[in-house]
Amino acid sequence: MVSRVDVPKGGFNFDNYQRNLILQEKGFSLPKPTKTGTTIVGTKFKNGVVLGADTRATGDTTVMDKNCFKIHYLAPNIYGCGAGTAADTDKITKMVASQLELHRLATGRESRVATALTALTQFLFRYQGHLGAALVLGGVDVDGPHLFSVSPHGSTDKLPYLCQGSGSLAAISIFESQWRENMERDEAIELVKEAIKAGIFNDMGSGSSVDVAVIEKGRAEVCRGMEVPYPTIQKVDSYKFKPGTTAILSESFRNFVTITEGDAMDIS
Amino acid sequence: MSGKNCVAIASDKRFGVKYLTISMEFPKMFQATDKTFIGISGLATDVQTLMERFRFKINMYRMNEERDFEPITLANMVSSTLYERRFSPYFVEPIVAGLDKNNNPYINGMDLIGCSTTACDFAATGTPEDQLYGTCEALWEPNLEPEELFETISQTIMSATNRDCVSGWGAVVHVITPERVITRTLKTRMD
Repeated sequence: MVSRVDVPKGGFNFDNYQRNLILQEKGFSLPKPTKTGTTIVGTKFKNGVVLGADTRATGDTTVMDKNCFKIHYLAPNIYGCGAGTAADTDKITKMVASQLELHRLATGRESRVATALTALTQFLFRYQGHLGAALVLGGVDVDGPHLFSVSPHGSTDKLPYLCQGSGSLAAISIFESQWRENMERDEAIELVKEAIKAGIFNDMGSGSSVDVAVIEKGRAEVCRGMEVPYPTIQKVDSYKFKPGTTAILSESFRNFVTITEGDAMDIS
Repeated sequence: MSGKNCVAIASDKRFGVKYLTISMEFPKMFQATDKTFIGISGLATDVQTLMERFRFKINMYRMNEERDFEPITLANMVSSTLYERRFSPYFVEPIVAGLDKNNNPYINGMDLIGCSTTACDFAATGTPEDQLYGTCEALWEPNLEPEELFETISQTIMSATNRDCVSGWGAVVHVITPERVITRTLKTRMD
């Protein structure tokens, strides 16, 4: 039996770097990466953590995704909201989630939030801020509820309530005026919803609906689209085209064949 | 663009340098598996390089696993291939479109470093991206039948490319249904 798990060495490939510099010098512009000009928040309450996020992803000023999911799974008891370059937050949280999974299998213990935090910060610090990922990390472990934020350079904050992303100013104003210690679960969820909505309405980079994750001892609940402040207005009429509207030059078919007859091949 | 138990993927056929058109038969989409296509827009050299790399990976997967890529797995493979070059990316924006094993539509659009966006309606990339999103938003509706989907996607791409001077010169549309793949080339403006 193979007992060893081969973890790929990893690291990025820089083969195209010089070429891309020359291309940019020659005036070939780089396509814009998708960003999550986001509002993400997190708060502690009596016996857990609530995380919240909007669901808009932008490329420059174009809305690239109207319903993107920014609350990333890290462990069954730990989730992280991501702001910044969308690919970075996606991939970093996936990589850390797999590290934590392997760590749980090796130790047989529940992951700690501090372990996730250390893995994230060490990874981000190694790339000196070039990975544009800002995270709000929340979870409940043996030591109780924890809430951290991580900046792209790898520095961390530990506070009872946190906001990140372009809508953080709008969101923090809600927390600063309404946050209290030892809130009930429902109160905390309401407050997070209000904070995200402040971001959705006042920050152009944030929009669409409110996603919420509630993590308590022994259970975590992720609610996709907990509130949709502006549901998409449905079209009242249909714009279907009659078949044959579009002029075609050529046509070809590739039919799939399902074989129903005959006996199965003897492979014993 | 997704429909009722079907998906369609379309591209124009132009290849050019700035305002000079070099080819009007440039393939930008290829069939990854029976019911999945990958379309790539961006820098032509990277489009071709990546098509070859993906073809290699798809064939290796088929030989190793003795089964075909599911669209979602394929999208993950494309995404990690792009993110591997986070700091020296390929100048491309791919779209994965196909039917999964239960014939449910799957559409995924990506940016150049592999940020994947799964859409239940449509995805668009390329120079007329803004125009495409505009026409898609107006013309697309849920549960389109294959023939309706063909008309919708064709009109969408033609309207958008006619407002982009570096796109067009013919277009190809693939409609993938559980029974067959229908490929049509469109009669478009050639200016």
